[in-house]
Amino acid sequence: MPTQPMLEYLWIIPLLPLVGSAINGLFGAKWSNAIVNSVALGSTGLSFLCALEAVREFFAQGQVLVRREYFDWIIAGNFRAGFDLQMDQLTVVMVLVVTGVGFLIHIYSTGYMAHEGGYYRFFSYLNLFMFFMLILVLAANYVLLFVGWEGVGLASYLLIGFYFLRKSASDAGKKAFIVNRIGDFGFMLGMFLLFRTFGTLDFTTLFAKAGQWPAEAMGVYGTLTIASLLLFMGACGKSAQLPLYVWLPDAMEGPTPVSALIHAATMVTAGVYVVARSNILFVHAPTAMFVVAVVGCATAFFAATIGLVQTDIKKVLAYSTVSQLGYMFLACGVGAFSAGIFHLMTHAFFKALLFLAAGSVIHAMGGEQDMRKMGGLWKTIPWTFATMLIATLAIAGIPLFAGFFSKDAILFAAFQNSGGSHILYIFGLLTALLTSFYMFRLIFLTFSGKQRFDEHKVHIHESPWSMLGPLVILALLSIFGGWFALPTFFQGPDYFSNFLAPIFAGRELAETTSEVLVHQLELILAGVAVASALLGWAVAYWLYVKRPGKPERLAKSMAGVYNTLLNKYYVDELYAAVIVRPLVWLSTNVLWKTVDAGVIDGTVNGIAQGTGVVGDQVRQTQSGNTRSYAVWVLVGAILVIAVIFWPILKPVAGMAQR
Amino acid sequence: MTPGLLSVLIFFPACGVLALLPLRSDDHTWIRRLALTISLIEFGFSLWLLRNARIGWSGYQFQEFATWIHYPPINYHLGVDGISLFLVLLTTLLTPISILASWSSISHRVKEFFIMLLLLEVGVVGVFLSLDLFLFFLFWEVMLIPMAFLIGIWGHERRVYAAVKFVLYTMAGSILMLVGIIWLYNSTGTFDLAGFHYGKFDVAGVQELLQAGVLSLSPRTEMLLFLSFFLAFAIKVPLFPLHTWLPDAHVEAPTAGSVMLAGVLLKMGTYGMLRFCLPLFPEAAHRAAPWVAALAIVGIIYGALVAMVQPNLKKLVAYSSVSHLGFVVLGIFAFNNISIQGAVYQMLAHGISTGALFLLVGMLYDRRHTFEMSEFGGLAMPMPKLAAFFLFVALSSLGLPILNGFVGEYLILLGTYQVHWTWAAWAATGVILSACYLLWAYQRVFFGEITHDKNRTLPDISSRERGILIAMAVITLWMGIGSAYIIRRTAGSSQAVLDQMTRPQMHEAATPKLRTPQDATPRTAQRTQLAAERLGTR
Repeated sequence: MPTQPMLEYLWIIPLLPLVGSAINGLFGAKWSNAIVNSVALGSTGLSFLCALEAVREFFAQGQVLVRREYFDWIIAGNFRAGFDLQMDQLTVVMVLVVTGVGFLIHIYSTGYMAHEGGYYRFFSYLNLFMFFMLILVLAANYVLLFVGWEGVGLASYLLIGFYFLRKSASDAGKKAFIVNRIGDFGFMLGMFLLFRTFGTLDFTTLFAKAGQWPAEAMGVYGTLTIASLLLFMGACGKSAQLPLYVWLPDAMEGPTPVSALIHAATMVTAGVYVVARSNILFVHAPTAMFVVAVVGCATAFFAATIGLVQTDIKKVLAYSTVSQLGYMFLACGVGAFSAGIFHLMTHAFFKALLFLAAGSVIHAMGGEQDMRKMGGLWKTIPWTFATMLIATLAIAGIPLFAGFFSKDAILFAAFQNSGGSHILYIFGLLTALLTSFYMFRLIFLTFSGKQRFDEHKVHIHESPWSMLGPLVILALLSIFGGWFALPTFFQGPDYFSNFLAPIFAGRELAETTSEVLVHQLELILAGVAVASALLGWAVAYWLYVKRPGKPERLAKSMAGVYNTLLNKYYVDELYAAVIVRPLVWLSTNVLWKTVDAGVIDGTVNGIAQGTGVVGDQVRQTQSGNTRSYAVWVLVGAILVIAVIFWPILKPVAGMAQR
Repeated sequence: MTPGLLSVLIFFPACGVLALLPLRSDDHTWIRRLALTISLIEFGFSLWLLRNARIGWSGYQFQEFATWIHYPPINYHLGVDGISLFLVLLTTLLTPISILASWSSISHRVKEFFIMLLLLEVGVVGVFLSLDLFLFFLFWEVMLIPMAFLIGIWGHERRVYAAVKFVLYTMAGSILMLVGIIWLYNSTGTFDLAGFHYGKFDVAGVQELLQAGVLSLSPRTEMLLFLSFFLAFAIKVPLFPLHTWLPDAHVEAPTAGSVMLAGVLLKMGTYGMLRFCLPLFPEAAHRAAPWVAALAIVGIIYGALVAMVQPNLKKLVAYSSVSHLGFVVLGIFAFNNISIQGAVYQMLAHGISTGALFLLVGMLYDRRHTFEMSEFGGLAMPMPKLAAFFLFVALSSLGLPILNGFVGEYLILLGTYQVHWTWAAWAATGVILSACYLLWAYQRVFFGEITHDKNRTLPDISSRERGILIAMAVITLWMGIGSAYIIRRTAGSSQAVLDQMTRPQMHEAATPKLRTPQDATPRTAQRTQLAAERLGTR
């Protein structure tokens, strides 16, 4: 028996959910919900426990990177992609978030999905997702990471299209998969380039070699810059950044627990994880870093503006997720990787909570998602209200809640490292203001004011404890989850970034000014951030509580802006008009009907017909008529004679001509 | 080693045909059972072959040699290497699968049908195992006849048109190949591929002759010879723009025919390129590579785009083959160790996943007698199991990791990128497009509300169908995870193809050439003289 059994057998952690998925998927159709539950929860719960044990062992052995090679998956020439798993500080964070939040959402789902058809199918997919997500975070090389990467995309596809009778649902699933594939195109090319340059795709070897690589200057498109940008393209797809974010809002077609787990807490953060994991490549490529920061910041702001006017409760949260992911990329782009991962973690808590609470609202409302038809719900569903309020305080960045610490760290880094111009910081701050506004708008529209629905038709009821339990736990995490960074405000150590330091060692951009000045600056910036959050809250309060008719009038007076935002800047329409429809038209009318059926087949059939025509003509000569044969014999004879006697005939012919 | 195993592999199905003949032609049950048994025993033989094959051995194994015709020296020469080993295995696997797939859907001329399937197996296995060029050509033509009958007799509405098109297209290529073979014989005096010396005939293989520099071809001759072979193979693959026989043949062929066609017959083209075009005419192959790669890439993108807009499900799968085989050709003509191994793997993986796709499409046809996707829609409700299998296979076809399609595609792109990154970048767009056409098709067939009442009561898969599909799914998954098992066995032979392409330049002029009337270019003569002088001065 090895002394650290769990670290030896890391593969057990992802395998458990896979087994659960297979069992439920193959046999669950005939089982009752209770059996399906025990398989799904059992496998995920066990996986969580195993992850905890692995983390404990990881700490016990002094936090040294653990890397295990289990078997050769693909080998060809000097290329090897093994089924290799690893555990380091970054993995610890990710594994705990994935299994922990995942387990909570599994519990929640047993309540939420209890009356839905395809119960076993749902849990089979959900477990499958857990498997791939764990492969993604535990993988020790890019190829295996890509397995998880594509696999979570598959699970996402299946779960978004869970209600496959609805066309909008299957459309959304397809869109998610295809848009992700566009990103994967870049990701694959990035891997190929890395392999060509370094001859390996194993993290340890690759990063060691990349560490020796000279840093590429700003504006130089060297190998590492290109490779980083290609990887980032994949991250843009998976983490819904500009211009590939379009799939995520549509992904809300899936059941709400799916939105919480996949499209908020875990899968969409995979892009951030990859950038953080590849930090050494990015740090050596400042141009790529700059692009990451700009794209992240732009996405954060852009998505937040759309979130301002959405009326579907889940759509608001979806754009909020896009926006928050932008924050994480902004953090990575300015070199504050640990701040990005920190925000990834706190976001997983409060955004999962927001979605689950929203699910609880939808559950209570009997499926209604339009906030305009809600209102005044706080009395009837107090637990949901309380937990959702906590999550809102967290995401808005109210002090002492989790989101405050992580967002503050990001804004601080953006202020310090944006090279003089504070544009990134300013937009980051504006986004914080907008975030606070649209989140409180959501709270006010949903929970306060008058009920805007017919009480006799909708039977409002608080959700069962299987759903409220996870809400409460996540609410606690949304409060205390950020306290790792609390000591920094008293000039203490930052436990979180210290923990992750070995991963990002020496690569987080150096702080230039003195400690005390920095600390003062940090406090000032935190104050500014809090002020903007409070401002957002106040404006939302004024518009939606004090002056309930005001928003509509505002929308009317600024119809152009309002409609642009409401229609999400018409990006979907633009893509459809510029890419999708022309491509389909070209394929149908030019490639298929003109080139394939017309030119190529036309030529082939033309040759065949030509042969047929010639054959037909020649066939005419074989008429079976004796006299015509006699004529042919005569013609032939004359020709033969002509040929034989040509030397004699030639001068004669020449004379005749003259 | 088992002597004569390869001959058994080739001719056992033919013996099976003889056994089928005396059965009464209306005794369908026993005809089916016997045919299945024969094909399963044949599969057993190929497993035996796999078991006994040496791992990491790049040359030909299990060689058999017998003089057949003294002059010209045509020999019965068989051998198997890592590449052909698995292609044979694929063939002998897909044959029983095809037989099972035709169990109830073929009801007229049942005996003839199974005889044709078994004869097809004879031809295909023969192609993969022949080392003598003439023998290879013979089997190449043998394979054509049963396939044409399968399409022309048991096909759908436009079966005769499709069968004739298939035959004419293939014949056009194989005539050229025949010319090439005869030309090559005239230049070398042998039809033999492997370098072997047997008795007093002193038949040195073409390869050895070329490699040892005994024979050198002028660039023009080499290119013409290369093209004569290449065109035959390119039609078979099929490479854009020689592909238009394929959609017709597939749509009209019965399910078993499509499975064999897509699963194995197309691979004969890419196999031929690996076996002949590259080792025999490396210079020409190098010169042609950019053009071939361009056609392959066009095929990848073009096939995918045309597949995307097909209203006919079977045609969609057929065009997807054009796209997938484009990857294989690209991998071969990147001349990279990794990409060629990927190409070999992709050949096998495509055989399984596209074979399975055709099986599934056939099952839909058995129920609804149409391939038009507008006739389907919402089928996941009445038949969830079939829908699940279809999704699984579609995912393997679009290259989802841990299923078989990924490994080959990834290695091809990775290998190609190492030498020509632009080729890989263009080809990788196929990864996006394959998701587009497969998922869109899947949505149109299986998702949504049921729009046609006929679809409401469709039965889900039977236990026979489930058996077939489970077998295919297990292989798909195994090939996706345990690829190392196969690659270890094919790696040596893939590498050998590349090794055969590099020739020692010194020998080239040193030895007098064999009968090469048309090759006496002044430049080589000059070089001979120079080399001789250099030797003399030393």
